[in-house]
Amino acid sequence: MSRIHVTTTINDDATEFLCEAEATLLDVLRDELGLTGTKEGCGTGDCGACSVTVDGRLVCSCLMLGAEAEGREIATIEGMAEGEDLHPLQKKFIEMAALQCGICTPGFLVAAKSLLERNPDPTEEDVRYWLAGNLCRCTGYDKIIRAVLETAADMRRAS
Amino acid sequence: MRYEAPRSVEEAVTALAGQTGAHVLAGGTDLLVKLRSEMIAPELIVDIKRIAGMREITAEEGGWRIGAAVSGAEMGEHEGLCADWPGVVEAAELIGSTQVQGRATIAGNLCNASPAADSVPAMVAASAVARIAGPEGTRDLAVIDVPQGPGKTALGPGEFITSIFLPPRGARSGDAYLRFIPRTEMDIAVVGCGISLSLDEAGRISGARVALGAVGPKVILVEAAAEALKHRALDAGALDDLATACARAATPIDDKRGTAEFRRHVAGVLARRVAVIAEARAKGDTA
Amino acid sequence: MALDDSKKTREFKVVGTRPDRPDGIDKVTGRARFGADMVAPGMLTGRVLRSPHAHARILRIDTSRAEALPGVKAVVTRADFGAVPAHVADIMENCLAGEKALYDGHAIAAVAAVSASVARQALRLIEVDYEVLPHVTDVDEAMKPDAPVLHEGRQQETVPPGMSGNVISRCEFGHGDIEAGLKQADRVIERTYRTAATHQGYIEPHACLATMTADGQGELWVCTQGHYMVRNTCAAILGMDQGRLRVTASEIGGGFGGKTTVFLEPVALMLARKSGRPVRMVMSRSEVLRATGPTASTSIDVRIGMTKEGRITAGFAELRFQGGAWPGSPVGMGAMSGFAPYDLENVKTVGWDVVTNRPKAAAYRAPGAPMAAFAIESAIDELAHGFGLDPLEVRLMNGADEGTKSSYGPTYPAIGLKATLEAAKSHPHWTAPLGKNQGRGVACGFWFNFGGDTSVSLSVTPDGTVTLTEGNPDIGGSRAAMTMMAAEELGIPYDQVRTVIADTGALGQNEVTHGSRVTFSVGLATIAAARAAKAEMCRRAARVWGIDPDAVEWEDGAARPAGPNAGKFPPMTIRDIAAIAPKTGGPISGHHEVMAEGAGVSFATHMVDVEVDPETGATKILRYTVFQDAGKAVHPSYVEGQFQGGAVQGIGWALNEEYIYGEDGILQNAGFLDYRIPVASDLPMIDTVILEIPNPGHPYGVRGVGETSIVPPLAAIANAVSAAAGVRMTQLPMSPPRVLAAIQAGG
Repeated sequence: MSRIHVTTTINDDATEFLCEAEATLLDVLRDELGLTGTKEGCGTGDCGACSVTVDGRLVCSCLMLGAEAEGREIATIEGMAEGEDLHPLQKKFIEMAALQCGICTPGFLVAAKSLLERNPDPTEEDVRYWLAGNLCRCTGYDKIIRAVLETAADMRRAS
Repeated sequence: MRYEAPRSVEEAVTALAGQTGAHVLAGGTDLLVKLRSEMIAPELIVDIKRIAGMREITAEEGGWRIGAAVSGAEMGEHEGLCADWPGVVEAAELIGSTQVQGRATIAGNLCNASPAADSVPAMVAASAVARIAGPEGTRDLAVIDVPQGPGKTALGPGEFITSIFLPPRGARSGDAYLRFIPRTEMDIAVVGCGISLSLDEAGRISGARVALGAVGPKVILVEAAAEALKHRALDAGALDDLATACARAATPIDDKRGTAEFRRHVAGVLARRVAVIAEARAKGDTA
Repeated sequence: MALDDSKKTREFKVVGTRPDRPDGIDKVTGRARFGADMVAPGMLTGRVLRSPHAHARILRIDTSRAEALPGVKAVVTRADFGAVPAHVADIMENCLAGEKALYDGHAIAAVAAVSASVARQALRLIEVDYEVLPHVTDVDEAMKPDAPVLHEGRQQETVPPGMSGNVISRCEFGHGDIEAGLKQADRVIERTYRTAATHQGYIEPHACLATMTADGQGELWVCTQGHYMVRNTCAAILGMDQGRLRVTASEIGGGFGGKTTVFLEPVALMLARKSGRPVRMVMSRSEVLRATGPTASTSIDVRIGMTKEGRITAGFAELRFQGGAWPGSPVGMGAMSGFAPYDLENVKTVGWDVVTNRPKAAAYRAPGAPMAAFAIESAIDELAHGFGLDPLEVRLMNGADEGTKSSYGPTYPAIGLKATLEAAKSHPHWTAPLGKNQGRGVACGFWFNFGGDTSVSLSVTPDGTVTLTEGNPDIGGSRAAMTMMAAEELGIPYDQVRTVIADTGALGQNEVTHGSRVTFSVGLATIAAARAAKAEMCRRAARVWGIDPDAVEWEDGAARPAGPNAGKFPPMTIRDIAAIAPKTGGPISGHHEVMAEGAGVSFATHMVDVEVDPETGATKILRYTVFQDAGKAVHPSYVEGQFQGGAVQGIGWALNEEYIYGEDGILQNAGFLDYRIPVASDLPMIDTVILEIPNPGHPYGVRGVGETSIVPPLAAIANAVSAAAGVRMTQLPMSPPRVLAAIQAGG
């Protein structure tokens, strides 16, 4: 079976890969490119652990074929910090204990960053509904929601 | 399995017509789930997102033409569309999570032919029309005639939907959609209800389209509900009659998402709530 | 180790603060490696073929076509394992079926292939002939004498003759005279309650990577709550010496009890042995739901008598738990725990362990206790309201205290139940006004907490920083807690200690991360190991100073002469001592091995407000407050996190989560779409109040906190929904159709 050659941009790096037609973007990220920060919790778009952005749009990488990445700009959790500098959301999640096991954390961070880029001043309800597709079984969401709201407030003050 | 991303409708039709078991990929939020669970094993996937116009919303004859690859999120960001057809947009925006919104399309929602598809009752209430391309050329088909039963559509071999047309929003009219789900998000509709209403100058209902989802093998346009509302103010009596008509029209089943009895009852409850919102919008409330 | 009495008003410096967790950066950057994130050169992909039937005799398995497929490197079935020791026989059967498939999703065969797509094709080429048998999935149905029987010869002597072979055992707890007690009551209530099976719902599916060398040495990378358990179990199943299998725990993406046994691991090792290649296996979500441990579904009868003043005169419960296809439902712990919050003269519980054609129940956070609490706390609430009594006052009046003989036998030392009730009573939540269609519920919960085998090692590095080596996977911040206790004890800053979770080659046996044991047991061992290291450092200083080691004490991270008579020497810090260690006797470390006891039971009271939509039966959680005794909260943020997480799992259990089987015995909702765990938009903030009644069995007073928080919510929410809807709900989940039907029937 012939594999498809794809040229794309991942975390600002020009990237090429070969994939089978049925391979999802998640399969490609994890198994071809070694970007295992993006997690698979369900493979059906119900848990959000595989969240990435494609051309700035938040999506589940398990619901997209690798072949569709041609010419797109993909951003994953691995591109969220700038070198040693963590994104304010990453810092806040650690500071406020917004993770317990940590498996859902990359997906939450990618999704929350996408929210704050669109809406720098979200209400608690905005945050809860935006993140409804990210399942967390450990925290009961409380500390995650607080961390996102506090980060938003910090970023507004800083800007 | 092969993957193709044609640049024109003609190329897509040729690809689809030339391969039995070919599947169209727009948002992919249903297709990839089926692939993964091995419900389908297609020889060919035709990605229509790179065809010109598929990702655009354009004004047309006072209405809106929505390309088949426009995502729910993109619909929600389109001011003109939101102003004219808030019910259709809110239905589209209920499909799945924020992540799914980034990809899922109303054309795909329609073609998936799930009885519980959220956008379909809203589109039916809006008298939406699907434009279909195929080996025989292009044809228009009312959205209500597209689903033929669970998983079945009226599309022929090699045909695919290229756009959905929403007609002009008339004066003093409004639409709304609500669904019932056990949680607040992430569930499939147990009952869905879309209503589009027009009012006369006295504020009485001059026309109504009431559509129900998830209470039959396909979307149900409740003619009796429209009749019950006609030329009446939306008072308690009219709402009662609407609810009764909807509960009667529903032909639900018991399944893992709800009982038939529950669905029939909730169809009426939702219809009342949706009608009140649609009426408020028709009167000019923008909420 | 007893609570430190010498420093009754101990001022903690590190314990009780909220430092950043040491693994935080790895987990927010995607660098942390979980079960499915590991690779090995030449790695194959393993996949499992599963039964499409709820109950079937396996007549024949033909793997020859699969084996012939190019790219397939090994195929295994139960036959490859031969006889296994009795203590792992049921686990083996669950990993790969022998004579019968016992539930939908039961593993039948497995393949290892060069890619996932080849492995998938190979599974389709395996031919299995089944003789489909009648099945049973409901606990009450399974107990009927004419029910299809899963196993012959498994019924224990505790079961009276004449009962279905599916009834495996009976247990009984309590004291006093129930009938006499009930006669003293002004009202006796008798109710039957039912709960559905729920899944732990960890977001990370089971995953492992196995290698086996030709000389029989194995390595396993696995997401588990206990890699020592994995080693011991796999070694027994594969007939290996435990020392020849080294198991490394990956980061673990949630467990809640569900990762306290093995599913894939022995199969992966066998595939690796047969293929001579590393084999990685990762479950899909549907496999996780179909074939890994949900908890039991239950049917519980309760009889409780109460005086009109609110005194409980007798409490009786009969609990029927189905725990899936093999014996071992948590009915015993349910029967022991249900009445544990109360000081009762007459109390008795009877439990029945029943098998059905469902996946084998695994532990789920306080196994057995939430269901028992749901039944008993609902009945108490109904009695209290019937007499017009305050449900918190009724619980205080009957509440257990130090010296109470518990319903399951032991007499309590200092406990925190009444502290949680008093805190609830004085909290503003209790008196906040409620609106239309709204209701408030409260309930109490109990959990035993466990200790168990624990082995840790603490090394002082040559530069005077510290490495703590422990053997329990960090499932929710325990590295931080251990680091804090080591730093506290050594008197050095938190960032001078690094905690490492070692593989099975590095330490003695460590019990699984379960039973809320880790902060207690590993913490206790860490403190002991730190004390051993401190004693050694005092000896080294004494040697340098030429004084008696007893004349040296440790304070604020340094050895100091103990009092003016010991001599005048400047303090030697841990860095000073480490630097000269080669000259004073070599490396410095402390270690501790213990079968930890004295875990200290834990109690909680939960309070919840709900609103029920009378037209649809939908319930919205408006406000939620957890009051729980933590003994001593080491890292309060993570203690709060345990309270919140347990409460929300309980909310899911109460309102929406359930295993739904069709008439055909097939699981109908094997995915996160229809197995509905709470999402962020379903919930309010979960408020927490930490009480600290020190555990007499731990030097700092620590009690486990992880499990108690899931015990009260089922009942608390049922009590709130019942109040809001005006009808008593006795069956979980309280899904909208069920609540609406109850409202319509009641109205």
